[in-house]
Amino acid sequence: MPDHPVTESLLFGRLTWDAIPLHEPILVVTFIGVALGAAAVLGAITYFRLWGYLWREWFTSIDHKKIGIMYVVLGLIMLLRGFADALMMRTQQAIAFGESAGYLPPHHYDQIFTAHGVIMIFFVAMPLVTGLMNYVVPLQIGARDVAFPFLNNFSFWMTVVGAVLVMMSLFVGEFARTGWLAYPPLSGILNSPDVGVDYYIWALQIAGVGTLLSGVNLLVTIVKMRAPGMTMMRMPIFTWTALCTNVLIVVSFPVLTATLALLGLDRYLGTNFFTADGGGNAMMYVNLIWIWGHPEVYILVLPAFGIFSEIVPTFCRKRLFGYASMVYATVVITVLSYLVWLHHFFTMGSGASVNSFFGITTMIISIPTGAKVFNWLFTMFRGRIRFEVPMLWTMGFMVTFVIGGMTGVLLAVPPADFALHNSLFLIAHFHNVIIGGVVFGLFAGITYWFPKAFGYRLDPFWGKWSFWLWLVGFYVAFMPLYVLGLLGVTRRMNHFDDASLQIWFQIAAVGALLIAGGIACFLIQLFVSFKRREALRDHTGDPWGARTLEWSTSSPPPAYNFAFTPRVHDRDAWWQMKQLGYARPQAGFIPIHMPANTWAGIVLAGISMVMGFALIWRMWPLAILSFVAVVAVAIFHTFNYHRDYYVPADDVARCEADRTRLLASHV
Amino acid sequence: MSEYSAPLPGEAGRQFYLTEEHHAKNGTLLGFWVYLMSDCLIFACLFATYGVLGRNYDGGPTGADLFELPLVALNTSLLLLSSITYGFALLQGRKGRVGSLLGWLAITGLLGAGFLGLEIYEFAHLIAEGAGPQRSAFLSSFFTLVGTHGLHVTFGIVWLVVLMVQIRMHGLIVANKRRLMCLSMFWHFLDVVWIGVFTVVYLMGVLP
Repeated sequence: MPDHPVTESLLFGRLTWDAIPLHEPILVVTFIGVALGAAAVLGAITYFRLWGYLWREWFTSIDHKKIGIMYVVLGLIMLLRGFADALMMRTQQAIAFGESAGYLPPHHYDQIFTAHGVIMIFFVAMPLVTGLMNYVVPLQIGARDVAFPFLNNFSFWMTVVGAVLVMMSLFVGEFARTGWLAYPPLSGILNSPDVGVDYYIWALQIAGVGTLLSGVNLLVTIVKMRAPGMTMMRMPIFTWTALCTNVLIVVSFPVLTATLALLGLDRYLGTNFFTADGGGNAMMYVNLIWIWGHPEVYILVLPAFGIFSEIVPTFCRKRLFGYASMVYATVVITVLSYLVWLHHFFTMGSGASVNSFFGITTMIISIPTGAKVFNWLFTMFRGRIRFEVPMLWTMGFMVTFVIGGMTGVLLAVPPADFALHNSLFLIAHFHNVIIGGVVFGLFAGITYWFPKAFGYRLDPFWGKWSFWLWLVGFYVAFMPLYVLGLLGVTRRMNHFDDASLQIWFQIAAVGALLIAGGIACFLIQLFVSFKRREALRDHTGDPWGARTLEWSTSSPPPAYNFAFTPRVHDRDAWWQMKQLGYARPQAGFIPIHMPANTWAGIVLAGISMVMGFALIWRMWPLAILSFVAVVAVAIFHTFNYHRDYYVPADDVARCEADRTRLLASHV
Repeated sequence: MSEYSAPLPGEAGRQFYLTEEHHAKNGTLLGFWVYLMSDCLIFACLFATYGVLGRNYDGGPTGADLFELPLVALNTSLLLLSSITYGFALLQGRKGRVGSLLGWLAITGLLGAGFLGLEIYEFAHLIAEGAGPQRSAFLSSFFTLVGTHGLHVTFGIVWLVVLMVQIRMHGLIVANKRRLMCLSMFWHFLDVVWIGVFTVVYLMGVLP
């Protein structure tokens, strides 16, 4: 804050007791709530003596299935935080008219919209997408784990550290007040002298290491570890979209890393990359960050497309229509997503030719996307559609996403964009595609694969409530924003003078409440399903009558996934196995080679968190110490050459015999 | 779907699993290669930034004022030579001669350290002249691009030393050979990047 003189001490840097926001009642109450909740959870873990279990079976686990589940848990927890921010914004904008200033001062409000965007993209959507890919991809391709199991664990914990740093900024210091992409010169040291932007930078840099490594990991897994017979054109579409998404991660996240590093240098060392003086160029930042940022939205939505491509054939009992065109559409989107970044700032003034180029490439992207929508529709055509919850999400997606896509094409027209740039129309558009595409896809995927991960289905009653509240809530919350955008209302406003606008914001707030109901129903669904798990139990491992390999093993799968490596003969490998009367092997088991758990991931990430915190507060001795510690521990870890073990054949035989008995008793 | 409703002749007995252990192909070299390409993109961003800002002198010194090409030429030759000596090390490794492998690795590391020493000398010299990274956008992007390369070389040397210890401890086991190949790719990659730096930053930088 400008009214706090910036002083630094050697050991504690800029951290003083003033950093604790005792003067903000909302934060104090939140902190008390979080502290009580955390104390209850930690107390319960201690009381039930779960620490050893958690450490051995989860925290140090390199099992891709457990890491996948942990990613999803992280994403859901952060969803609650990100959505709380959304509710606060909607409430503020619904009441802050004329005389009323609302209940959030600008200083706090600006942090909330920044945190909302950062959390929803980096710590909700990314972990959920990565979690589902982690869980499903190795199973779909008939592998026992990912290519680099230790890196997988390390990646997860680095993502957690990023999330923890963002959460920490609530109670120690403050978060950025710059908007989720932290454009300079606003995010420069002159205009944001406090630690908010530093929290932003280091949270994303540390989480970014995790994201990049997980991208390399899954990419290599898909290229190298497919079961024999699974050629590229026999891969399930979800695996294809995961492949393209991870290619995008590998080629776009380094750009984010470099960009944030340059911003950090500007702030920490006083360099002149994006400053207004010294020859710097702020538009360079905007270009660079969107060269990452546009592929990022496809990183999120491609796996959602993959999820729908698994769900539609399963719930229509038909082979996917147009498999090859689906693959090519995915690849074309992957490539094109690199050629459109400038449409985020047509108003930069690059001239008609440049703007036309990027406008046209943007419109071209809608062609492969449209092809996908038609493929899903033709798969449904004359199928035997079962309206289970995953299918409801899918159909909600198809309608909603097409509307969002059309407003996107509208925004791709540079002259229209000049009128709508930074307006609430844009906000409505991207929530339309992110909620309608990514969020619906993730809920569909979670509902679809939940029985695989836990052995029982999610309760459909609460699932349907959650779906309908989300769907209706989305339209009620965001259609008014289209209207407001067309009326010229810009984004990120803390207060309005024109009373005629208020009704639209009030409607939007009601919509946000409906979505809150949808989230509540989802949580109730998890709880109710757990209570009713015996009634919802699936013994077959294939509750939906699905088509791909992950459904050929038990639910939940054994640590080694498959007793024998599958041999694939068809695109819908499991469907073909069922059709041709596949019989589970009962004997002849052999020892299975598996990676061993390791402490290194969580320890390295833990030290990285200390380093990040020290860098944010400019505690230089601690920062140097923890950096040296990270390098030392990493080197120490490389001296461990025994990273694997064999599951004895007897154990495999016992495990498989248990399943045989289970299947026999539930015919 | 009707397409599988009846097993085709000869399909009923089709094998759907392998009865012996299946060794998935090792992905380390591919994974490391992919990582290097992502690293390459970091350099691409820094090159692009240098390309955009490299002539924004803000009234300060230009490349023609600052760069001493003979020094940089010496520096470049040290680094290129270190790539050759790494190649010699690998050749010795292929013949199983651990001793001379380690010797060539040590020479490689020393050449790398020499490169770093000259770079640090150059940086210190520039900063002492008042041409530090804060002076102008040109110097910000210069120091960042060249410095990032230098940091990579530093990590390469640390890795080299660790790997030498590990080869002494365990010999040329499969894991160590793999690490040797990864470090080799890393080292040559830094060489390639340096050729770009030498050309784009220094040679083109001294042009008017």
